[in-house]
Amino acid sequence: MNRLAPYLLLPAVMLAVMPFMSHSSWLALTVAGLAMGMMLFLMASGLTLVFGLMDVLNFAHGGFITLGAYLAVSVLGPLTGWVSSESWALNLLALLAAVLAAAIASGVAGLAFEAILIRRVYGSHLQQILITVGGLIVAGELIVALWGPQPLPLAKPAILRGSFLLFGATIETYRMAAVAVGLVVYAGMHALLNRTRIGLVVRAGVENREMVEALGYRVRRLFVGVFVAGSALAGIGGAMWAEYQELITPSIGGEMTILVFIVVIIGGLGSVSGCFTGAMLVGLAANYVGFLAPKLALGSNIALMVAILLWRPRGLFPVGGK
Amino acid sequence: MPNALLTFEGVHTHIGPYHILHGVDFAVPEGEVTMLLGRNGAGKTTALRSLMGLWKPNQGRITFAGRDISKLPTPEIARLGIAYVPETMGIFAALTVRENLLLATGPAGFQQDRLDTVLALFPVLGQKFAQAAGGLSGGQKQMLAISRAIIEERRLLVVDEPTKGLAPAVILHLIEAFQKLKAARTTILLVEQNFEMARALGDTVAVMEDGRIVHRGDMAALAADTGLQERLLGLSLAAHQ
Amino acid sequence: MKRQHPVLTALLVLLFVALAAAPFIFPGTKSVATASRVCIFIVLAASYDILLGYTGIVSFAHTMFFAFGAYGVAIPLAAGWVGWDAVLVGTLGSAALAAAVSAAIALLSLRVQRLFFSMITMAVASFAQILATQLREITGGEDGLTFSLPAALQPGFRLLAEPIFGVRADGRLVGYYLTFFVALAMFWLMRRLVASPFGRVLQAIRENEFRAEALGYRTIVYRTTASAIAAAVAAVAGVLMALLLRYVGPSSTLSFDVMTDILLMVVIGGMGSLTGPALGAAVVVLAHYYLQPLMQAGHDALAGVPVLPNLVHPDRWLLWLGTLFVLIVYFFPAGIVGSLKRR
Ligand SMILES: Nc1ncnc2c1ncn2[C@@H]1O[C@H](COP(=O)(O)OP(=O)(O)OP(=O)(O)O)[C@@H](O)[C@H]1O
Ligand SMILES: [Mg+2]
Repeated sequence: MNRLAPYLLLPAVMLAVMPFMSHSSWLALTVAGLAMGMMLFLMASGLTLVFGLMDVLNFAHGGFITLGAYLAVSVLGPLTGWVSSESWALNLLALLAAVLAAAIASGVAGLAFEAILIRRVYGSHLQQILITVGGLIVAGELIVALWGPQPLPLAKPAILRGSFLLFGATIETYRMAAVAVGLVVYAGMHALLNRTRIGLVVRAGVENREMVEALGYRVRRLFVGVFVAGSALAGIGGAMWAEYQELITPSIGGEMTILVFIVVIIGGLGSVSGCFTGAMLVGLAANYVGFLAPKLALGSNIALMVAILLWRPRGLFPVGGK
Repeated sequence: MPNALLTFEGVHTHIGPYHILHGVDFAVPEGEVTMLLGRNGAGKTTALRSLMGLWKPNQGRITFAGRDISKLPTPEIARLGIAYVPETMGIFAALTVRENLLLATGPAGFQQDRLDTVLALFPVLGQKFAQAAGGLSGGQKQMLAISRAIIEERRLLVVDEPTKGLAPAVILHLIEAFQKLKAARTTILLVEQNFEMARALGDTVAVMEDGRIVHRGDMAALAADTGLQERLLGLSLAAHQ
Repeated sequence: MKRQHPVLTALLVLLFVALAAAPFIFPGTKSVATASRVCIFIVLAASYDILLGYTGIVSFAHTMFFAFGAYGVAIPLAAGWVGWDAVLVGTLGSAALAAAVSAAIALLSLRVQRLFFSMITMAVASFAQILATQLREITGGEDGLTFSLPAALQPGFRLLAEPIFGVRADGRLVGYYLTFFVALAMFWLMRRLVASPFGRVLQAIRENEFRAEALGYRTIVYRTTASAIAAAVAAVAGVLMALLLRYVGPSSTLSFDVMTDILLMVVIGGMGSLTGPALGAAVVVLAHYYLQPLMQAGHDALAGVPVLPNLVHPDRWLLWLGTLFVLIVYFFPAGIVGSLKRR
């Protein structure tokens, strides 16, 4: 029972709030919460794997989120024609271009960041925190220097605007799309981790890096790959979040970093399943509490984190001996 | 005397500020079982970790098949054909027994005949094949660790105190398993505290004390000389039983 | 305490003399305000050093305690309770609250997992920032609070009828010396603290937590106490800042920029010495004032070149300090102080 508890938490939370609202509100809020959770999962998964594999705590992770968001703006700006076109094919093409550009830019930035900063501070958490915070400051300033400090608007593709009715609930189309994309990425990641040799090595490496190396696997190289993939995912998450918000400011990464940290702490640093559950919990809590008690909304995530840490000091899905 | 597959030549290793190995010299002849003995804290584990590159030697050479490997990174050392079973066994608890074994195979995955041989050696692993390795008993974990080391053809098998903390019946089972490996002329470097096991398996022996080798010779000669045992290991065979 | 490098001692003496006589050496409202800032940030950075340098804890909630102090005096003063009793009550109350909250965070997060600590403090700090902007009736929200000071600190106040060495003995001068002496007292107390047996245990924990634990020290007790003390001192620095600015708002006390400044000061000066962060505070505060005009000049000179002017825009000074920060963490992890250590 105790081992299953973390898995049951999510449905339990969903059911627990049901009596306090109408079915249609519940459905709308649940979709909104899951959508937010999916985007948070994209942003957080890289961070948790990077920690699990190499014990590296990257405070600059939010920089990749910001970069992804700004890339989306820059790509969608010139594509306004496609974005607002009647043709759904052009719509989706524009979206795909934005997401791809965000993934590539964040991935390349991640590669550089790993080579320049992270590689030199393996093993020292104090130095890692300081260096990555320094890197975050510089990255944030560079983004402002390139894109300017003012908030930038961007438009959702025409087919993803608006909403539709589902069992009497008004569901925003974009949220449904975000849930779909998130599920696809999660399924893909799950398959990669559980069905391939690389995934096997990553899972083993998260548990005991030395032994994996003693079995002949070059974990450092693998780590660079995971770091780049994690940065790219953060970029995609940032791009999707930007389109969801339709307005971005340079502080977007910083704001999301806080939520991402809460997600990985709740889930247990290093665990992908934990990250997924944590992301959904944070997304749902934000929406349910925002509806039931708007005044408490801003504290809901912190309260959630504290409650879970008191219950499980190492998060829902603790990994290895760390 | 057969060719040495592995040699330590004047190896010094520091762990942080501590100087642990003070010039270790010994050789592991090809096709034989070499025992590395010594009291607690003598530096046996440190010697094996130095061999695997998990702690880098500061001075001296470690050669494998004639090549200096003391500066290679751990994965490159393993890829030369060295299988390592650490003192802590290094089992991945969250992975299944199958996945633990699969990690040690080549890109093609399991070779059926080798898998059959291994599972014949330790049938219990076959029964628990799809279960998480974290749920195995201590003895079963050790069997899994050894199976993982032999699931592929390797040139050298390095095992650190496989009998530590195990019940006598399990130890007998392990001795039997190692005897089969020995019969197949596998080259083995085995660290042990259990003298019974050492006597049953060893061809040659090196004894460590305070980070140095203090005795080298035939296992049979050491097994016959209680005085020497007492001096080197602080116990005679009789006292151990 | 270990002997200091003579250059370091000289720098420290120089800093002390410059601050002690600042209103007379650098007369003018702006330079006296700068000197006040240096004093305040010396206290703030040194208190952070007790955490970072002496226990190896990276907290991002330090500005929150700074803000506690600032709001602690601003709230009664802005509510019309203008007097020294209000300042005193605000100071003691906020310092006590800061110590309590800090101890609670430390107990929670140091118990669960050391690594979570930094992340949790970051989340808590952002929560405090949101709270300060949302609780408009109490904190004035985004706009913050402006308030009057006790009479003796007002510019119109005259301590003496005659100027001293050509400087008017007004409320500003009183305010500066209040800041200076409180800062001096705080700094002295912190030096006493780190040199005490308590401070030596903290250092032992930083060097080798495992060993300190094995020697029988309850590391969690020491860590929690250290965070509580650091938080209380930060609150005092916040009080001084509020009195200097006669204004308190989220951006001047709670934003991540303030945290960045503190980190810069401690790392540039050199952590784990108290002297280092004091020097770092002076360097960073002065850089605020002198780097920006310099960058403005560079910005103007590069007008017309693409992108480059943006990089030296005066608002981008953090870009350069941030780069400096990263380089220092790399190449001089011990900061100014460490580079001056006798080999
Ligand atoms: N991580 C470490 N840090 C510092 N010293 C260590 C560390 N690991 C081992 N040592 C020291 O190195 C020396 C040799 O240890 P080692 O583990 O190699 O001995 P051993 O012969 O394998 O002993 P045992 O039979 O107990 O396994 C011991 O004195 C031990 O205290
Ligand atoms: Mg050992």
